[in-house]
Formats: sequence, C-alpha cells, structure tokens
Amino acid sequence: MSAEMQLDDHSTIIERGRYRMVMSLVVVLAFVAWLVHAFAVSDIEWKYVSHFLMVRTIMQGVAATLFMAVSAMLLGVVIGLIFAIVQQSGNPVWKTVAAGYVWLFRGTPVILQLLLWFNLALVFPHIWVPGYGSVQTVQLMTPFLSALLGLGLNQGAYITEIMRSGLTSVDKGQYEACCMIGMTRLQALRRVILPQALRVVIPPLGNEFISMIKLTSLSSMIQYPEILHSAQNIYYANARVIELLLVTGFWYLAIVTVLMPVQYFLEKRINRGWSG
Amino acid sequence: MTATDIAATTAPPILEVRNMRKAYGNMPILKGVSCTLNQGDVMCVLGGSGSGKTTLLRCIAQLERYQGGSVVVDGELMGIAEKGGRFYRLSERQIARQRLKTGMVFQKFNLFSHMTAMQNVMEGPVHVLSVPPEEARSEACRLLEWVGLGERMDHYPAQLSGGQQQRVAIARALAMKPKVMLFDEPTSALDPESVGRVLAVMKQVAATGMSMIVVTHEMGFAREVASRVLFMDHGVIAEDAPSAQFFSAPSHPRAADFLASTLGARVQTN
Ligand SMILES: Nc1ncnc2c1ncn2[C@@H]1O[C@H](COP(=O)(O)OP(=O)(O)O)[C@@H](O)[C@H]1O
Ligand SMILES: [Mg+2]
Repeated sequence: MSAEMQLDDHSTIIERGRYRMVMSLVVVLAFVAWLVHAFAVSDIEWKYVSHFLMVRTIMQGVAATLFMAVSAMLLGVVIGLIFAIVQQSGNPVWKTVAAGYVWLFRGTPVILQLLLWFNLALVFPHIWVPGYGSVQTVQLMTPFLSALLGLGLNQGAYITEIMRSGLTSVDKGQYEACCMIGMTRLQALRRVILPQALRVVIPPLGNEFISMIKLTSLSSMIQYPEILHSAQNIYYANARVIELLLVTGFWYLAIVTVLMPVQYFLEKRINRGWSG
Repeated sequence: MTATDIAATTAPPILEVRNMRKAYGNMPILKGVSCTLNQGDVMCVLGGSGSGKTTLLRCIAQLERYQGGSVVVDGELMGIAEKGGRFYRLSERQIARQRLKTGMVFQKFNLFSHMTAMQNVMEGPVHVLSVPPEEARSEACRLLEWVGLGERMDHYPAQLSGGQQQRVAIARALAMKPKVMLFDEPTSALDPESVGRVLAVMKQVAATGMSMIVVTHEMGFAREVASRVLFMDHGVIAEDAPSAQFFSAPSHPRAADFLASTLGARVQTN
C-alpha cells in the first residue's frame, strides 16, 4: 500500500527538528550544570557574595550609578536635541559646530574623555565661573562633575545623531502645515515635530540608556563612587576580588533586567497613540 | 451693475501678486507673474504639470523665498518691510503672524498625524491665537460638522479616508479665519468618489464669501465656481480671464489646446 493511501486526517505527522531541539537542550543543560558545578566547587566564597550584595557601600554605589546614568543621559538628551535642531536650522556656522562636536566626541574613547575632564586642572589651574569668579579647577572638577561632563558630552554626540534621524523622519509637510496656521519654528518643533519624532527616537534612546548604565562603571577610574568603585574599595581592604566583582555584576544585571520591560512598555505606549 | 460688481471695483483687492520671479538654482520657475484677487472671488489656476502653479501658491504663502516681486495680502506687504527706502526681510516670527492672513490646503493634506481631527482643528486657535480651549472646541465641532465629519471628530488621520482628511484640513485652515484660502490641487490625491465631496465643501466655502485661489484640474469646478481663471504655462501667466470667457473662447493657443485635451478626455470618459 502506498504512503498517501495510509495518510488520513488522523495520522500523526512527526515534525522534523524535534530530535535536534531535544539534543541541543541536553547539551546546553549539561554545559550549564558543569558551569554551576565549577563555580560551586571553586574558591569563590559564596557567603561573601551574598553578604556584600546588600551592604551599605554597595547600595550607595547602586544609587550613585543610577544617579549618574540618569544625569548624564539627561545632559546627553538636552545636548543632542540642541545640536540636532541646530544642524537642521540651515545656519552653516552652527551646522559645522555641531558636526565638529559629533566628530570629536565620537572619535575618542570615553575613558580618555573622562580622564581629560578629571585632570583639567593640569591645563587650566583656574576657571572663571559666572557669578562666582575664579575657582580652583581641582575643586570644581569633582569626580561627579568630571564623570557627568565626560559621559554626558560623549552621550550627547551619539544622541545628536539619533535626534537628527528622528527629526528628519517627520515629513516636511507637517512643518509647512504648522507654518500655515501661524506657528513659529519653535512652536512647530514643540507641538508637532518633536512629538512625532519621539516615536522614532524612543527605542534607540532606550538602548543608549541601558548602555549608559554600564558605561558609568568607567567613572570608577576617576574616583566616582559608583558600584564598581565601591566594590573595589571593599576588595582593596579584604582581598575578596572575585566575590565583589560578582556582586557588581549582579547589580548591573538586575538594573538592566528591570529596565528592559520598561523600555518595551514605553515603546508599546508610544506606538499605541499613533495609528489609534 | 450688481452690488458685488460695485464692491469689486471700489474695494482694494484682497491679494495682489506683482512681478513674481522665482528660480530653483538657475532654473527660472516663475518668470514675472502678476495677478489680482478681489475680495470674495474664486480664482482657479490651471496649467500643465510643472508650469509653476504650486510654486506660485507657495510663494504667496511665504513658504518659498522668491528672487523678485511682491505679495500684498489685505493691504499688507508679505515677508518684507520697507524702512528708509531700503527693504528688509521680516523676522520669522513676523512672517508667522502675517501667514495668519492666508490658509493653505495641501495636495497631501498634511494633517498632524499624532492628533485627532478635533485636535488638528483646535491646534491653531488654541496655541497660536490663544482662544480659550472650550471656545475653540465648540468652534472646531461646528466646523467639522459643517464639512460633514461630525461623526469622525475623535479619529486620527490614519483612520480617515483621503477625502475625509482633506475636509479636516479645510476645517483646520478655516478655524484660523484667514482672509484668503489657497488650495493646491486639493483633490488630485483622492479617489473619484471622495473628489465630489471635497469639491462640494469647497463650493460651500466659496459660498461664504471667502476669497480663494484654487489650483485644480477639475474643469467642472473651475467652470461652475471660479469667477476668474489663470492659465499658467512655463512660469508665465498665459491667460487671465473671467471664467466664462476662458471656457468659451480661450485666447491663448496653449490654453485652447489645454482645454481641448482635458475637456476632450472628460467627454470620452463620461
Ligand atoms: N524644490 C524644488 N527644487 C527644484 N526644482 C523644483 C522644486 N520644486 C519644484 N521644482 C520645479 O519647478 C517646476 C514647477 O513646479 P510646480 O510649481 O510644482 O509645478 P506645478 O504645480 O504647476 O505642477 C517644475 O519643473 C519642478 O520640477
Ligand atoms: Mg503642483
């Protein structure tokens, strides 16, 4: 009897690939089990890890990381928005300035920028601050301010590009319609162009923020007391290097894990108001 | 002489374009265009594709800079100020204020896509004219009903058909109470069914006494509603005549050709 005659509505058809999926699952589980075992029997003292997970210094580090990430991101968004708008304004002077800014800050490593800000006193021992007069640069360039400027200005260069793509994604007709109901350029930007550009820039901005969380760890190099720096301070004293690095890793993962669904829902929300 | 004739001859024109010259790069698009629109008149602008009709409207609306010529709307020189015998370009803010005299309906509607029909119509009154929101809302309501969209006020543009979007766009422009309405081929992006309803709304607008310049290929509309017809050809006005005269006896040979081809095509399809 030929095969097609036996095949009826009740026949079970075995899909291809099931076997391969089971096999890959076994391989992966075996690998994970081996990894867990290796760590369990290793020299890591897990009780230190769990002990230091929530100590005061580390918690302050977590708070400092979040604070820096949010501040630097805000600075970056403000700068990025201004430069993106300026680039579109058609004024060749400002366009060149914006392009130069992006070139300079994207073209050098962030860590270098942080170190340069932190050591600004070597170049300019005194800085004139409006309202205060001359200030010693060493006192002005605290780890916080250096990290904020370094991370924020660097982030601004990337966000300029994101904002620019957001602004250009809005049809020119929208702006002309604004003009024809008597809006100024700024009004059109605020009421129509930016709200529409938001839809395009929110996903990449979310990604940038998640990168920023991790990027703040670089500011440990300039004594800003974020998570990694706090962990280092502890392990310089007790030599539990790996344990404290694992604590650090745990916190970065935890923050990012919480942020990812936030980003997802934010994107959903923004797209919802769109086509109805 | 009827009352409107007398008004037309005594009142100053609501809009006057003088010797408009506009080039893109070194390609001249408008080569010295002059025309006059009287209060309450409907002027249809006809002409082949690329003859400069859109460019003319955009120059009138100050959406384009022109190399020469002037636009006067309601007695006000647009975009430029004279001071001590010299001419200065007005600031962006001053031009924005002047643009309130003209309303524009675009070929591609250009409704604000993140706002409902209602919000589109309210936007200008509330945020430019500072009308109290409640007042603006009831006026927007009235206008949307007037263009036949009473049921669709809370729809977003993406939820409306092309014809419906264009009627919202007309309501949005009217909400600013302009002196002159400019229409740039308002029905050429629409399906035949929607065309009729948009044209009906435009007739309704004309009937309120609004001064209008309408770039269109709808000969029926031009013949029925327009008082004047401007025929453009390669950046110049080839013919500027009362509508009846233009359709019965066009004087310019190109205008005659144009009429023969468009009306001929119409007869064949009907
Ligand atoms: N932004 C632009 N840059 C260069 N050329 C343009 C631009 N806009 C229009 N043109 C040219 O100007 C001419 C007139 O265009 P337009 O006013 O749109 O004609 P119409 O509306 O009568 O079809 C066309 O030849 C077109 O190619
Ligand atoms: Mg056109």
